[in-house]
Amino acid sequence: MTRFLLSLPIFFFVVLIGILVLLTLETKEGRDPSIVPSALIGKKAPKIDLPAISDNIPGGFNREDLLGRVTVVNVFASWCAPCLIEHKQIEQLTKNGIPVYAINHHDKVTDVSLWLKKNGNPYEAIGFDPDGRASIEWGVSGVPETYIINAKGFITYKQSGPITKSVLKKKILPELEKAKK
Amino acid sequence: MNVLTLIKVITLSVLLSWSTTSLAVAVEPEEILSNPNLEARARSITRGLRCIVCQNQSIDDSTARVARDMRLLVRERLIAGDNNKQVVDYIVERYGDYVLLRPPFQKNTLALWIGPPFLALIILFIIIRFFIIQRNQSKSNSDLLTFSDGE
Repeated sequence: MTRFLLSLPIFFFVVLIGILVLLTLETKEGRDPSIVPSALIGKKAPKIDLPAISDNIPGGFNREDLLGRVTVVNVFASWCAPCLIEHKQIEQLTKNGIPVYAINHHDKVTDVSLWLKKNGNPYEAIGFDPDGRASIEWGVSGVPETYIINAKGFITYKQSGPITKSVLKKKILPELEKAKK
Repeated sequence: MNVLTLIKVITLSVLLSWSTTSLAVAVEPEEILSNPNLEARARSITRGLRCIVCQNQSIDDSTARVARDMRLLVRERLIAGDNNKQVVDYIVERYGDYVLLRPPFQKNTLALWIGPPFLALIILFIIIRFFIIQRNQSKSNSDLLTFSDGE
């Protein structure tokens, strides 16, 4: 009995090491622990009803606009450098026929208008969210962030950080196919 | 006690008390509600919510923009008449249990809550057992001694 009890700590130690090894392997496979797990995956897209940035920028949309086909909602800002990195990939999505809606996060009308003029506007519609309220509604932790929404209006995938070429190929495009089913 | 020691002691105690009280409060004057009752509730809520971009700070402590947005939201909900639980639930619904600095007691956190006291109990048990065994051993040793003495 004593022998058994004395071996217990060793047993726990081995189990602990095992768990840590598993976690390390998981991290190696691309799970970034600094990325907050999304609570909204599998849930209905949150309520949203945003105005346009200005009259000459197509925009303003609400949750009902997202229904009926697979859509992408992208959170961006003109002051966000990684947003510029993913801009080409957003254009690619639009070319592929995926409507991309945008939440313009904490921005100024003049800044974002200039940014869009300079870099192009691939978005189906842009909602203006200067105080970040809609972003909280969507559980946004930072820009850029991208959500895939299926035809029924449920969130199927969330990408934190920029959509690089490899993210587009390895994550976004396959997830879009999945969402279409 | 000379003056120098006194100064040292005072400095040390000030430094120690410093490290235990949180000086970092990020709430800006214009955020503060005029109703002190509501403001106190808002503060108690935001102290328990994790800032999602700084992770080891509460949104009450953080100057990050999203933390500020969340502080304003908490106050907005309170003014709208939500109770504390409703406000916290509203945020948890969008950001998950992860935003709670104090993890809730539920199925997937069972190991977290039960684990440490369970391990402590086991260790205590082992220690007590160790002493009992040792005492028995020394007892039987002394028995042996008296026996050999009698011989």
